[in-house]
Amino acid sequence: MKTASSIALAMGALLVFSAPRIAQAEADCLACHRDYVDAGKFHASLHGSLKCGDCHATIKDYPHPDQVTPVKCESCHTGEAEGLAGSVHANRAENPCTSCHGDAHAIFPKGDPRSAVYPLNIPHTCGACHGNDALAKKHGLPNVYPLYIDSIHGFALSKEGLLVAANCQSCHGSHHILSRADPQSPTYKANIPKMCGNCHAGITANYAGGVHGKAVASGNLNAPVCSDCHTAHAILQPTEATFRMQSTPICGSCHKDKLSTYRDTFHSQLGSLGGYVETARCWDCHGAHDVLPASDPRSPIAPANLVATCGKCHAGANASFVQYQPHANAHNRKLNPALFFTRLFMNLLLAGTLGFFVIHTMLWLIRSRYQQIKTRSAKGGKNG
Amino acid sequence: MADLQQTAGSRAPSHAGERYFMRFTRAQRYMHAVLFTTFLGLAATGLPMRFSESFWARKFASGVGGFGTIIFFHKFFAVVLTLAFLIHLKEVFTRGLFHREKGIFWGKTSMVANWKDVKDLFGHVRWFLGLGPKPQFERYAYWEKFDYWAVFWGMIFIGFSGYAMWFAPFFARFLPGWALNAVLVIHSEEGLLAILFIFSIHFVNTHLRPDSFPMDMVIFTGVESEEEFKTKRPEEYQRVAAQGKLESRLGVKPPVWLLNFSKAVGYSAIFIGLLLLVLTLSAYFVG
Repeated sequence: MKTASSIALAMGALLVFSAPRIAQAEADCLACHRDYVDAGKFHASLHGSLKCGDCHATIKDYPHPDQVTPVKCESCHTGEAEGLAGSVHANRAENPCTSCHGDAHAIFPKGDPRSAVYPLNIPHTCGACHGNDALAKKHGLPNVYPLYIDSIHGFALSKEGLLVAANCQSCHGSHHILSRADPQSPTYKANIPKMCGNCHAGITANYAGGVHGKAVASGNLNAPVCSDCHTAHAILQPTEATFRMQSTPICGSCHKDKLSTYRDTFHSQLGSLGGYVETARCWDCHGAHDVLPASDPRSPIAPANLVATCGKCHAGANASFVQYQPHANAHNRKLNPALFFTRLFMNLLLAGTLGFFVIHTMLWLIRSRYQQIKTRSAKGGKNG
Repeated sequence: MADLQQTAGSRAPSHAGERYFMRFTRAQRYMHAVLFTTFLGLAATGLPMRFSESFWARKFASGVGGFGTIIFFHKFFAVVLTLAFLIHLKEVFTRGLFHREKGIFWGKTSMVANWKDVKDLFGHVRWFLGLGPKPQFERYAYWEKFDYWAVFWGMIFIGFSGYAMWFAPFFARFLPGWALNAVLVIHSEEGLLAILFIFSIHFVNTHLRPDSFPMDMVIFTGVESEEEFKTKRPEEYQRVAAQGKLESRLGVKPPVWLLNFSKAVGYSAIFIGLLLLVLTLSAYFVG
């Protein structure tokens, strides 16, 4: 009650009358503590109207004892304290409020650019710990700050100053941050589409209509959510060469057989060289978010749509052209007999020709050299 | 100077210097130069595509400006080689069909294999094993004919499959669907065979074997010494001598600049070839 009335006091007109008394008490404190309390800054801050004793409530006398009870922010901020209590940052000794909110005597509203939790400052604030290799290792976490700051979100935030760019708390929340293993967490796998959908509503709707979205919605957590393809922190602009280069193995980490057959094709051979990223990669044909099976007439790989799909790159693609199998398996005699025998023939031709001539030429070399030495007609020269 | 030597040589072969005999015409030497230049180019640009996952392919690709550059030069060399091949075909058919030149399609000087080549192969292997005398080779020995036909059919198959990929929608009009898959297998496997064969077997058979080590200059200079002619192709030498046509085959001792130039070109080609061979093998065994 005392604190509540103090706030009322501070906000009200009584401020004028009580100012000298507060100043008097504050001056007493600052007589010793001016080294780390900047009175000007403090008064400009969110808590500027409070008296020292409002937070440092256990200090009644002057001089006070050497050891004082730490300030309890939760005496006012009950909701935040409750959230924090069940979170990954519950250990208050390790994670005091000031670790995120900064200097207790210079706390600003989160909409104020001076605030440590202003959207554009959050990555730096969180990065103080989550950009630290030793701390990351200690807690078994990835060192995410560098990943985030180079991502499309981090770039939009740090370079362009976009307030709407996702910062740490856009996905993780603020006080009640939970491990992604916790089904309540917004970063729990099943919750990720919804969480990303807070901003990316259109894409999430597409995703929900595709095979992956449906599988996740039906409880199959082996199916990918946003972060499985885009990663959680190091998210890249998907049209960028870097992402195009690394995306195929991502799909292939689940679709192993498809990756291996894709690897045998010209698409893959060119694609993995880099520099020319326009060669067909998984989603160029299958779609990215609303992946549908070929049996679905809406799918880009449905037989009726193939000419259009292949025609995106191959001008002049026709019904015969799309008979090409982008995932043909030359090792499978039943599925691709013609290809199987072509490959077999070529391999036998290669092995047979080389095998014969390697033996032939080795024998020849040995015999010629023997002859050369025997006749001594050529001292390393010609016509042995 | 060269003329003097030739005259001197023809008069007094054993004293005033060796005689030199023509083996390849200027046009044939240029054809070989075009062939190995485009082949090296095709191999250097084709291998990174074939082994695009290997450690060197991506480095090479990024070094030259990516796949776009690689495929551009691959197609460029392919077109040049195709033209050379067509010129060669025209030459062969003009000489053989229109000029009725003897020994183009059959006979002792033809590239077409005959019974002697089969006997020579077995005889040669017997000689390798010390079981018989060395065969007396004619103008083109069996391994040289094999080289020729390997390249000949290789160009047809690799060329056809390559153009089928280049102009896939067009070829799809008359090729079955699976053929579009098969052309890559044919192209890359036969290309690989050609690369492995040329950079190991052809290099050794023709250039690096003790009889010719380190390089048979005849394809660059067009001429070889009388002793070399006699030793390497005794049956041809005897035939030409018996016909009394040795004089008409006399050539000029290659000038020093031509020898040096040929060596520079030839050693570079062999070096690039061996380098590509090592990279190819490394892609197989290292990854």
